[in-house]
Amino acid sequence: MKNSLLSFFLKIEPDKKKSPFMHTLYDGFFTFAFAPNHVTKGGVHVRDGMDLKRLMFHVVIALQLCYLFGTYNIGQQHFSALGMYEGFLEGFHLKIFYGLVQILPLFVVANVVGLGIEFFYAYKKGHGIEEGFLVSGALIPLVMPPALPLWILAISVAFAVIIGKEAFGGTGMNVLNIALLSRVFIFFAYPTTISGDDVWVAGLEKVDGVWTASYNFIVTGVLNPVFESFGWATYQNGIAVVDGYSGATPLSLAAKGGWEAVTARFTPEQMFWGNIPGSVGETHKLFVLMGAGLLIYLGIASWRIMVSMVLGLVVTGILLNMWDATPAMNVPWYYHFSMGSFLFAMAFMATDPVTAAATDRGKLIYGFFIGAIGLVIRVLNPAYPEGWMLAILFMNVFAPLIDHFVVEGHISKRKSRLTKLANS
Amino acid sequence: MNRGKFLFLSLSLLLGSLTEVAAQTNGEGSQFLLNSLFVIAALVFFAIVIQVSDNLMAIEAKRIGADKDGNHFGLMPRFYELVGTKLPAYLKNEKVIISKKGFDIPLEGKAEAENLNVSVHRFSVNPANFKGISPIPKVLVEIGDSVKAGDPIFYDKSQPDFIFSSPVSGEIVEIKRGEKRAINEIVILADKTQQYKTFDKPNIATVSREELVKSLASSGLMTLFLQRPFNILPNLSIVPRDIFISTFDSAPLAPDLGYVLKGQEITFQAGCEALSKLTSGKVYLGLDGNGDTDAASIFTGVTGVEKYYFRGKHPIGNVGVQIHHIKPISPEDKVWTINVQDVAIIGKFMLEGIVDQTRMLAITGAELKHTGYAKVPFGASMSDLLSSEEVTEEHRIISGDVLSGTQVSKEGFVGFYDDQITVVAEGKNYELFGWLLPLDMRPSVSKTFPGTLLGGVASAANTNNRGEKRAFVVTGEYDRLLPMDILPQQLFKAIVVNDVEKMENLGIHELVEEDVALCEFGCTSKQPLQSILRSGLDVIKAEG
Repeated sequence: MKNSLLSFFLKIEPDKKKSPFMHTLYDGFFTFAFAPNHVTKGGVHVRDGMDLKRLMFHVVIALQLCYLFGTYNIGQQHFSALGMYEGFLEGFHLKIFYGLVQILPLFVVANVVGLGIEFFYAYKKGHGIEEGFLVSGALIPLVMPPALPLWILAISVAFAVIIGKEAFGGTGMNVLNIALLSRVFIFFAYPTTISGDDVWVAGLEKVDGVWTASYNFIVTGVLNPVFESFGWATYQNGIAVVDGYSGATPLSLAAKGGWEAVTARFTPEQMFWGNIPGSVGETHKLFVLMGAGLLIYLGIASWRIMVSMVLGLVVTGILLNMWDATPAMNVPWYYHFSMGSFLFAMAFMATDPVTAAATDRGKLIYGFFIGAIGLVIRVLNPAYPEGWMLAILFMNVFAPLIDHFVVEGHISKRKSRLTKLANS
Repeated sequence: MNRGKFLFLSLSLLLGSLTEVAAQTNGEGSQFLLNSLFVIAALVFFAIVIQVSDNLMAIEAKRIGADKDGNHFGLMPRFYELVGTKLPAYLKNEKVIISKKGFDIPLEGKAEAENLNVSVHRFSVNPANFKGISPIPKVLVEIGDSVKAGDPIFYDKSQPDFIFSSPVSGEIVEIKRGEKRAINEIVILADKTQQYKTFDKPNIATVSREELVKSLASSGLMTLFLQRPFNILPNLSIVPRDIFISTFDSAPLAPDLGYVLKGQEITFQAGCEALSKLTSGKVYLGLDGNGDTDAASIFTGVTGVEKYYFRGKHPIGNVGVQIHHIKPISPEDKVWTINVQDVAIIGKFMLEGIVDQTRMLAITGAELKHTGYAKVPFGASMSDLLSSEEVTEEHRIISGDVLSGTQVSKEGFVGFYDDQITVVAEGKNYELFGWLLPLDMRPSVSKTFPGTLLGGVASAANTNNRGEKRAFVVTGEYDRLLPMDILPQQLFKAIVVNDVEKMENLGIHELVEEDVALCEFGCTSKQPLQSILRSGLDVIKAEG
């Protein structure tokens, strides 16, 4: 069966000269399905089984729990705004399918746009399709608000891939993290769609000054009839949100009223278990930690960055707690882990090896500053309730400088070692 | 105060303070505290039970005398037993260098400890085997000439005293020439009984350095040395700072050098004494400290040399790594290195006055029916060596190991410095989702492979590239595979952008290809690191 599949694939290979774009496309998909038959030439004769595809795919695997819970949580937050199906399993099919209706278009648009641009550039430059977007394409939907308009997503992904990556030379050459670059593009170009209290819960529309449930055609026209035929509960258009409901995230509450305002709305356990509004994939802290643990265990992501980032947050958090001048400063430092997306940024964003510092010591410095600067933005900046995106992009820019000083230090250490030996 | 007393006191203090707190707290908190106290009490109880039985076991072990060799007896392992840093007894009073970096590639096809019965008729001397030789050497023989083992074949035009001699006695049957009349191969058909050219034996006790160098150069034995930086033929006018010898090879499927040199104690000692004449510094011996028992006695018993033990994974057996830890070379330094078997060859020359360049060659690889050792002079013909094996187009013959060896055809010959040949399968096949769900075992540094997770399951590797070449993406992976205080990735990037000053500052002169071969093996981006390094070394060499 494998052989017939292979011969079929080899038969349909487009001519490289006649249709170069089709050939690039074919090559991308073919090398995805079949590991190529290239053998080593010069240099080592036997190579490690690990390649970039496998590496990136393991990051995608580490994200799967976030995807699962993200899908559920879109529905959960939607219905809890309406005061319905508060329990975990109540209306489970409604929540899951509503989540899918929201998350699938995000995923498809992000990947079609991003991969399309990658394919085009691979064809233009005449090299194989590189797998850099495999991870970016999986990360981008997870860091977006669930109800983001798809055209904005498409523009942001195009911006990030073209300006952030291809302009610098493609995979491995980018200075800034691609997923965060697409998010920061929306953050500054379309701020109302990604900040404030009204964007973190999907499927609500303001009718006569009241937020009410509103569903698109797929939900009412496709899902409802199916559920009806099973005799299950269906989606109801036009239900108003519960009295006094606000879609505010713990962070915006903390910015206004400190820890008391947060706990008045959410319990710490609730924040840890992810039952809060937020970006799609970052809310469930345990699942994020499991992903981080997998990446560290497999040696894919740098534990140095993660550990030093935690340290940076703890040190800055304690200092801010001691200062205690604004409401936001009195949030106990240890609760900063469960509010917002610190852990997600730590596990999947800061550890991007291309944009992080490259030296071991540099990674420690890099992580620490992300932790410290991110918390400063989160607590002190009145305009941006969350800081990790900006802090990571900021440190992305500084990573080469950090590495430069680490390398200079290494060089002078080597020199002093040699002079010591020469004198001995 | 002994451990038990201390434990008891600290626990009672802790308990006391906790009951104090519990007594002062009232309301909801006290229930929680009470529960915690119960948990702590239970833990303490079990801790005491374990502690007592642990001590009882130790007492019993002492009573019956089972703890004499320093082993620890008890219920719980000691911390150092868990992390495994306890050194074997033979290393106690030695200079030991331990490295956690590196990786032993688990491969099938290690040479069995037996001598294979092979008869090799054709041998070749190939100028391309010698790095740093001037392009076209002056050939001193013609087709049809008969030579004895040790007779000069050609000399280096830049150093006319530097003779390259014949490995065997026989008849010159072929001189293969390449472009611009470059010499590719000089093939010798060996006699049935070997005849050796006799030289004046240098007297080890009285010979001067100049005389010794002259005598070694004229007999063709100076070729056995390599000079660092650059890993090239030594310059006869240079007195090396030190001479380094590694007495174990950590490369995949490498020969067991202790087995290889068995019975050559006297010649090896004589060789070491000759070496110490050649340097203004010392002769350093790197010994294998990985075993539970001491390294082979032929190496530990040598006198007049400095011995260092090395403990770690490949490439810890590489002489370059050992130099780095014993006494690193600065760009101005020149040191020489030599293989252990070649030390014995020099020793034999010193004692008997003949050039007998016979070495034990490890014939390895999972694709072979019989692996083992063959005792042949250098330059042996592959087709003669592998005459009893079925080697086809599906196989690759490597002179050397799978990391830094050279591919040769079946009609080719073993390289001059190689003491191993490896036969591996060519990996010219497509693999369905091979990058994601490999169906057969393959060596890898990465824990994403079950074989690596299980602690390194040996596999019959093939030569598939395992992916396509990419830009540098992953950081820090070379650092884990190079047991030297060098930043490899930064160095490679400096070479790629041709930043000479940075290359020198980052220590390029301390490296040769074999040292970074493991990094190249483990590189996720499939970068050709050995050839990158060589191009950098060439630039530095050209700059002078």
